[in-house]
This record gives sequence, C-alpha cells and structure tokens, in this order.
Amino acid sequence: MSAVIEEHHHHGPDKGIMRWVFTTNHKDIGTLYLWFSFVMFLTAGLMALGIRAELFQPGLQIMQPELFNQLTTMHGLAMVFGAVMPAFVGLANWLVPMMIGAPDMALPRMNNYSFWILPFAFGMLISTFFMDGGAPNFGWTFYAPLSTDYAPPSVTFFIFSIHMMGISSIMGSINIIVTILNLRAPGMTLMKMPLFVWTWLITAYLLIAVMPVLAGVVTMMLMDIHFGTAFFNAGGGGDPVLFQHVFWFFGHPEVYIMILPAFGIVSAIIPTFARKRLFGYDSMVYATASIAFLSFIVWAHHMFTVGIPIAGELYFMYATLLIAVPTGVKIFNWVATMWQGSMTFETPMLFSIAFVILFSIGGFSGLMLAITPVDFQYHDTYFVVAHFHYVLVPGSIFSIMAAVYYWLPKWTGNMYDETLGKTHFWLSFIGVNITFFPQHFVGLAGMPRRIPDYALQFADWNMVSSCGAFLFGFSQVFFLFIVIKCIRGGKKATDQVWEGAHGLEWTIPSPAPYHTFTTPPKNLAEAHG
Amino acid sequence: MAESNQYKTIRQLLFLVVGMFGFGFAMVPLYDLVCEVTGLNGKTAGKYVEQETQIVREDRLVTIQFLASNNANMPWEFRPKVRTLKVHPGEMNSTEFYVRNVTRETMVAQAIPSVTPFRAAEFLHKTECFCFEQQQLATGEDLDMPLRFIIDSNIPEDITTLTLSYTLYDVTEQTGSLAVN
Repeated sequence: MSAVIEEHHHHGPDKGIMRWVFTTNHKDIGTLYLWFSFVMFLTAGLMALGIRAELFQPGLQIMQPELFNQLTTMHGLAMVFGAVMPAFVGLANWLVPMMIGAPDMALPRMNNYSFWILPFAFGMLISTFFMDGGAPNFGWTFYAPLSTDYAPPSVTFFIFSIHMMGISSIMGSINIIVTILNLRAPGMTLMKMPLFVWTWLITAYLLIAVMPVLAGVVTMMLMDIHFGTAFFNAGGGGDPVLFQHVFWFFGHPEVYIMILPAFGIVSAIIPTFARKRLFGYDSMVYATASIAFLSFIVWAHHMFTVGIPIAGELYFMYATLLIAVPTGVKIFNWVATMWQGSMTFETPMLFSIAFVILFSIGGFSGLMLAITPVDFQYHDTYFVVAHFHYVLVPGSIFSIMAAVYYWLPKWTGNMYDETLGKTHFWLSFIGVNITFFPQHFVGLAGMPRRIPDYALQFADWNMVSSCGAFLFGFSQVFFLFIVIKCIRGGKKATDQVWEGAHGLEWTIPSPAPYHTFTTPPKNLAEAHG
Repeated sequence: MAESNQYKTIRQLLFLVVGMFGFGFAMVPLYDLVCEVTGLNGKTAGKYVEQETQIVREDRLVTIQFLASNNANMPWEFRPKVRTLKVHPGEMNSTEFYVRNVTRETMVAQAIPSVTPFRAAEFLHKTECFCFEQQQLATGEDLDMPLRFIIDSNIPEDITTLTLSYTLYDVTEQTGSLAVN
C-alpha cells in the first residue's frame, strides 16, 4: 500500500518507530491517542479489579488499607485523565478533519507535542507506586488537607503530572477549536457540522476554561506543601473548603467534558442504523450548549454536606435539576430518531442503544443525588459510586466502544467480526450491570465509598458486584482481540461502510488514505446525518 | 486569509487560558469575600468597631458556649476558663481561654474561630480577641488569653444559643520569626 503511494511521489508515512514519534498526521496521532487510552483503560481496570477483589468479602484479604486507598485514587485518575479523555481526543483527531473536509488539524506539530506529553505524565504518575510512602492515596478528588498536610511525599509528582496532562489537554483543545473554526470546507456552515464536531467544539471550550483552574488548584497545593503558603490551611488564614470550591469549579465541567463527545458519537450512530436523519439537530446543538453553560454554575452540589447556607443549597439544587431539561431533550431526540426507523442492530448500534438506556439510569440517580435533603444520606456512599460509574462506564466508555466499532472499518479498511462484536457487547452489557447496579442497593443501605472493609450486611451484593467486575474486565481483553483481528484482516469494507451512513468521512475510500481532503470537498449535501 | 484567522483564534484562546488560570487564584479572595458577606463557615469578622450604639436588651438572654480544640499534631493544653455564659445582647462581656505550651520547644500558635449556627456569625462582635494575633510560648509557659465580645442587639429572636469554637494551630514553621530558641 505505502509502496504504491511512494511511486506516485506522495508523502506517505515514515518507516519504523520514528513514524510515530515525529508524526504530525492527524490519523496517526488519533491512533496513538486511542492506543494510549486503551493501555490506560486496561491499567486502571486492573486497579479496579484489585479493589473489587478486596471487596469480594468483608474483612481484609489481599491488601492493606494503605494500598487500597492508593488503588482507588490511581484508578480514578488514570480512568478520567488517561483513558476517557485521551480516547475522545483520539476520536476527535481521527474524525474532525474528515468530517469537516479539512486536510489535517490546524496545528499539526502542536498536535504531536500534546500527545507525547501524556505518556510521560502517566509514566510519572504510575511510578509513584514504587516511591517511599506509596502513590497518592487521597482519592481522585484530592481534597486538602488530605492531599497537603497528610499526603505521601509522592504528591509532588502527582501535581507535576496533573500540570503536564493539563498542558496536553489545553494544547489539544486549542488545536480542535482552531481546526473547527478555520478549516471547514467551503459551504460547511456551523449549523451543517456533524453533531460530533459540535459537541467537541463545545467540549474544547470547556477544557480551555477549566483545565487552567485545575492547574491553579494544584499549584496552590504545591505552594502550601513546599513554600509555606496557607491557601488551604486554616492556621494560616486559609480554608480547606476553598479547595473543594476551586476543585469542583473545575470538576463539574470536567464530568461534562467526559460525556459531551459521547453525545456526539451516539448522535452519529443512531441515525445510521435507524436509517433516518437525526431528529431535532438544532435542538441537539442548543441542548449541548445549555448543558455546557449550566455545568459552570452547579459545582457546589458536590459539597452539600460541607455547610452551605440554606439559600445556597436550594440554588445549587434547582440549578442542578435544571440540567435534566437539555439532557432530556437529547434522550427524547435519540428515541424519536429511532421511532419508526428501519433499525438494524449491529454492534455500534447495540452499544449506542445501551448508552441511551443506561446513561438515563445514571442521569436519574444523579437527579436523586441533586436533591439536597436526601443527598445528606447519599453523600459519599456507594450510591454515588453507582451513579458516576453508570454515566461513565455504560455512558462514556460504551460510546467510545460504539465509536471504535462504527469507524473501525473506515480506519482499517476491514469489517470487524460482527458475531464477536455482538458477543463483546453482551458480555460488557451484562458485566457492567452486574457490577454497578447492586452498588445502588448497598449505597442506599449506607455503605461508605473508599473503604477496604465493610459491615456484613453488605457482603452479598459486594460479592455479586465483584463477579460482574471480573466479567466486564475480562471481556475488554476480548475487545482488544477483536480490534487486532480487524486490523489484520477481514471482509473488505466499502467506502460507505454502513448502508445508512451519511457524512464526509464516508465519501473517502476505506481504509482512509494517509492524506484526505487535500482539496476541499464539493458535495456537502449529506454533511450531517 | 486562513493563516491570520488562525492566529487570531489562537491568541484569543491563549488569553482565555491565562485568564482562567488567574480566575482560579481570584477565587481565593472572592471566597473570603463571600464568606464574610454570608457568614459562610461561621467565619467571624476582625476587630469590631462600634458603628451604632448597642442597646442592651435586658429582656433577652442568649447562651454562648465556648469550645477549644487542637488541630492535629498540636500538643498544647488549650481550654476555655468558662464553658458557658448567659449574656444580654448589646452588653459587653469578657472571658478568658487558658493555654500552656507542654512541649520542650518554643512554639507559635494561632487560634481560628468558628461560630455555629453560621448565620449567628455576623451578630458576634469581638472587640478584643487572642485570635487577632499569634501566641509565642516558651517551654512550660502558660497564658490566660482575653476575649471581649458583644452579641449584637439585633440578633434574630430564634437564636437562643450560639457556639464559639476555637481550633489551635501550630504555626511555628510558617512564622519563622522565633525570637529565641
């Protein structure tokens, strides 16, 4: 393949490992991001299995609480910053230029830097496991003073790696925004863009707005730890609660950063397999923008129990409940898209439908948590764990898997094995529900999160949950097998791949050539599905 | 055309990045301001200067409880000399807290006040408080620390009891201003 390209004096990929180190090609960088995130997904997944193995029975069986705390912390950090976010950035790299008819990302060299920072950031973060005092053990939310006065010495490395991830995310986001705003094919107005591009545009703005705040809060921690300031130390005039405000001002938009691109993916897949246009495209765009706006003004709903005046509690409760309106618009639009469509149930569609249903369950438990008076009972219990895993695992992660199955034939030129894909779906679907649904029950019954041991009354559901976790975990190794098998060969994919697929990326050959749209496309009639 | 547009977008986005980094730090004084206005976290204000003459409400009695606790790793002995006072709103009261350095080193301490219920914080005026300054005590040294306060005569009728709690912090390292050691 590449030999043919060189004969035509086209610039093809370099040979060997250096292709990947120096590449500025958006497809190569997208691939790097996706593989990196998959490695982190398995790494953080192994940590989760360590946690679930310890929780299989009450009492301490296989690890001490110190290690357990390190595992919960690192599992959260690696999944959020290492698996979910880079996976979405990888998809953006692959798809945004192809969807808007651009030849590449606007800033290709910066694109290379923003990827290659990540392995170093995470190498450093993971290396803290082998340091004196162990890895960070204060939870992924790293509340002060746990993360300042009581933190292990490795916290400094944690801070530095957060800085690096932040720089990577900010550079990636600038790149995505500049690409979308400046490199669209002539005639592609903003309201003609595919929804995945729209959701990423908004997500990139969220990232640029809140990653600097995260950098600020870890810088304050660094100064408190090493330079004698007292941002979060009451003895010096600071306040630990301030940490929570600054953190969640970042943290709440952050959770939408992890779900908005998922909305875009599902909005691409459901119309394809329902063989109808997306219902309510405009309302989807406005709903996404509304969710992004609301995400900035609801952060204190994570902190109802720290002692906020009643007026504040009420405001944050109502503002949070308001988010259900634009989210509901989206759910109804997806259902309406499927309504009376000629639906088929290939693997991407199965993952997307599961996304709509299970994400809604996570949304409903979120509404329960948003109600201030009952949150005092739910706060820091397994109910919270069940809630955010429902929106992140069958939410974000399922959407990423749906995206991989959906665009894999375009990337590799080969169809994946549909039977294996469906098997992977059903194993994941069953595994995820067995893992996380029982956590609602133990949470409502009062089991606190982030503990290695628990009261006997929680034993049965925890055992069920652990079994589900191992089923889900091992079915992801199966996913790896399916992807590799597809890369190595399989039934050749057509250019359009899916009968109902619309959009510019389906007009180019499969596999997508190394360079696409070096001249802008003319026919934009089918731009969005 | 496209090039200059790109640089404009990049410049705007970089401004946003720098601005948001600054905003993170701006949240620190903003938070203090909000706390002061709303009495959030039961933070009490600094030294009280009488703005309007307080009328002594002989008809009302408010109970004020005093708590003293040590932050982690702070070994000093620290307790209120009186645990509860019943006072009339508007009248000047005084009490003392006892503190003793039980360690072998000279140390500096800072007491941080907090009032519950939070909304009572703005009605507690301190004209003199040991929490306005740091205390440096040598080995075995002890001190009766004064507190003079007025409960505002406008304190809502439904607040009948309020708790003033002090947490004592070891700030020896942060001050670095030990005269002798």
